[in-house]
Amino acid sequence: MRASFMDSINLKDDRARLIGHNGTTRHSWFRELKTSLRVGFFLALRDLRRANIWTTILIIFVMFITFLNLVVIGGILVGLIEGSVVAINTRYSGDLIVSPLRNKTYIENSQDLVKFARGMPWVTALTTRYIQGAKIEANYKTKLRETDITDSAGSLVAGIDPIAEDGVTGISHKLIEGEYLNADDFDKILIGADLLFKYTPIDTPSFRTLEHVGAGTKVRLIVNGTTREVTIKGVLKSKVGEVDQRIFMIDTQLRQLIGRSDYNVDEIAMRLKAGTDPILVKRILTEAGFARVAKLQTSEEAQPKFLNDIKLTFELLGNVIGTIGLAVASITIFIVIFVNAITRRKFIGIMKGIGITATAIQFSYILQAMFYGILGIGLGSAFVFGFLQPFIAAHPINFPFSDGILVATLGGTLWRVGLLLGATIIAGYIPARIVVRQNTLDAILGR
Amino acid sequence: MRSWDDNKNMIKVHNLIKSYQSGAGELVVLKNIGFSVRRGEFLAITGRSGSGKSTLLYQLGLLDFPNSGKIFIDGLETSTLSGQERTAMRLLELGYIFQDYALLPSLSALENVMIPLLMQGMSPKDAKIKAMRALDRVGLGDKLVNLPSQLSGGQQQRVSIARAIGHDPKIIFADEPTANLDSETSKVVLDAFLDLHRQGQTIVMVTHEPEYAAVADRVITLSDGVIHTVEERRAGL
Repeated sequence: MRASFMDSINLKDDRARLIGHNGTTRHSWFRELKTSLRVGFFLALRDLRRANIWTTILIIFVMFITFLNLVVIGGILVGLIEGSVVAINTRYSGDLIVSPLRNKTYIENSQDLVKFARGMPWVTALTTRYIQGAKIEANYKTKLRETDITDSAGSLVAGIDPIAEDGVTGISHKLIEGEYLNADDFDKILIGADLLFKYTPIDTPSFRTLEHVGAGTKVRLIVNGTTREVTIKGVLKSKVGEVDQRIFMIDTQLRQLIGRSDYNVDEIAMRLKAGTDPILVKRILTEAGFARVAKLQTSEEAQPKFLNDIKLTFELLGNVIGTIGLAVASITIFIVIFVNAITRRKFIGIMKGIGITATAIQFSYILQAMFYGILGIGLGSAFVFGFLQPFIAAHPINFPFSDGILVATLGGTLWRVGLLLGATIIAGYIPARIVVRQNTLDAILGR
Repeated sequence: MRSWDDNKNMIKVHNLIKSYQSGAGELVVLKNIGFSVRRGEFLAITGRSGSGKSTLLYQLGLLDFPNSGKIFIDGLETSTLSGQERTAMRLLELGYIFQDYALLPSLSALENVMIPLLMQGMSPKDAKIKAMRALDRVGLGDKLVNLPSQLSGGQQQRVSIARAIGHDPKIIFADEPTANLDSETSKVVLDAFLDLHRQGQTIVMVTHEPEYAAVADRVITLSDGVIHTVEERRAGL
C-alpha cells in the first residue's frame, strides 16, 4: 500500500510548482535575479541605515583615501612631467617652433616664413631669435694675477625682440631679479638662473656657473671672438632649460656682435589661437614649402624624448602605488564584510532557512560594499576635481625642474573608478559567498 | 496524479534515518521513523532532551538532509530536490518558527515579515499590506516599526509567527516556540497557534512540555530516536 502511495506521485508535475524559484527557465531565471536584487537592496539599505555610523564613516574614509591614492599620487607624478611639458610650450617653444635643418646654421629665407606665418589667421604671436654660442665672464676685475682662471660659463646667447618674445613666452613674468629688457637696452642682458651659482650651486669642469653675480653686475660677454662688457638687467628662472641656461639680449645688438647682415634667424616660436590644432598649421607651412628650409615642430614634437619616457615611468609608478592602495582597500572591505557576515552567520542561516536565496543575501553584501565604494569615490571625485586640481593649478607644486600640476583626466579617472568599484564588488562578494555557502542548519544553530 | 492517501496527508515520512558522526563513532538520532501528518492537523512532537525531536523537525522543514528514507510534502518527494528547490519550497510552502525567534535585528517587525513576501516576487506595496495583516493577526498591529530589540520575548515570537504565516504556507513548523517564554506569554503564543489551526493551518510543533503538547490534535512522543507513543487528542488550553 505504501509502495503504491509513493509510486502514484507524479514528481514532475509536483516539482513544477517550484518553477520560478529554481531557475528552470530563462524567464524565471531573470525574474529570480530581479527579485534577488530587489531583496538584496532591501536588506542592504536597512543594514546600512542601522549600521554603526562611525564604522560607516571609517569605511567610506578608507575608500576616499584609496581613491585619492589611485588618482592623486599617479596624477602628481605625471603632473611633474606634464608641468615641464606645459612650461616648455608656454615659456620657450610656443605652440609651434621652427629651427634650422640639421646641416644648416640658421633658417634660410626666414623672413619669408615669418611673413607667411604672420599672415595666417591662427597665429596670434610670433617671435624670432638669433642664437649664438657665447662665453660669459664675471669677477674679472678682482682677479689677482693674470694667470688666475677667470670665473666664466659657457652658454648660448639669444637675440630677441623683447616685446615679441614676451608676447609668445611671457618670460618677463619669470624674472627673479631685476627687470625685463626694453627694445633699446644696448649692453644689457638677461641671464638664466642656471648660469648663476647662487641659484644653481653646481660647479664642475663641464658645467660652470658664475659666483657673486646678480642683477646690476657687469660681466663680459664673448661672442664670435668679440668681447663686450654688459650689465645684467635681470635674472630669469622659468624651469625650462632652454630659457634658464641662456643669455638674452636685444636682437639688433647680437646681430652686430655676430656680424650678421641678413635677417635669417635661428628660431621662430609661434603662439596659436586657443583651440587651434598645431598640426594643421604645421601642415600648411609644410605645404607652402617651408619644411625644405627649416625644421617645423609642434610643441609636443619638440619635447625631449626622455620627458615622455619619464612620464610613462611615473605613470607606471603611480599605478603601482595605486595598486597597492587598491589591494589595501580591497582587503579592508573584505575584512569588514567578512566580519560582518561572520557575526551575522546565524542570521544568514535564518534568512536561508526562511527561503531567502543565497543570491539575494550575496547581493545585499555586494550592494553594501558598493555603497561604501561609490560614496568614497564620489567624495574623492568632489575633492579632487572641485578642490585639489584647481588649487594645484593655481598654486603649482614647486619642484626644482617644474611647476607640478595634478593630471587627472576624465578617461583615466573613470578607468580607476571602474577598477576600485570592481575591487570593492569582489571584496564584498567573496566573504558573503563564503558565509552563505555554509550549511544552513549549522549557521542557524551556530555549529 | 495523486492517490487518495496523498490528498489526505500533508506530510508523509517513510523509513527516515538520520545519524551524525561524533567522536565516539556514528550517533543515530532518528531510527527508521515513519508517520504522516494530515492536512489541517496540529501535530505535536515531544520527548526528552536528546530524543531527536528537533532533528526530526529539521528534516521535515528541509533544513537538513536525512541519511535515508523519504519525506513527502504535499505529495512532493523532497529527497530529490536540489538545494535551490528546497530553498524555494521553504519560501513558498513552509513556515518556520524558531525557538529563539530568529528575527533579523536590523529589520523592524514589519520588515521581518515582509522579507519572505518580497522574495516571492511580491511588490513592496503588496508585501507591506500582507505583512501588516499578518502582524495584525498576531496582535502586533501597533508594533510595526519596532526593531526586535524593542520588543519583548513574546512579541518577538509573535513576529516570528507572523513571518511564518505571512505567505500562507501549507505547513508551519515550530521548534520549541515557548521555550524562552514565561507561562503567560506562552499561552498567548499557543493561542495564536490554535487560532491558526482553527483556520485550517497544518502545524507541526516540537515541545518538551506535555501541557503545551496537549493543545495539539495528536502527540508523537519520541524516545531515543524512535516513535514511542502516538496519542490522539482533541483538547485545548
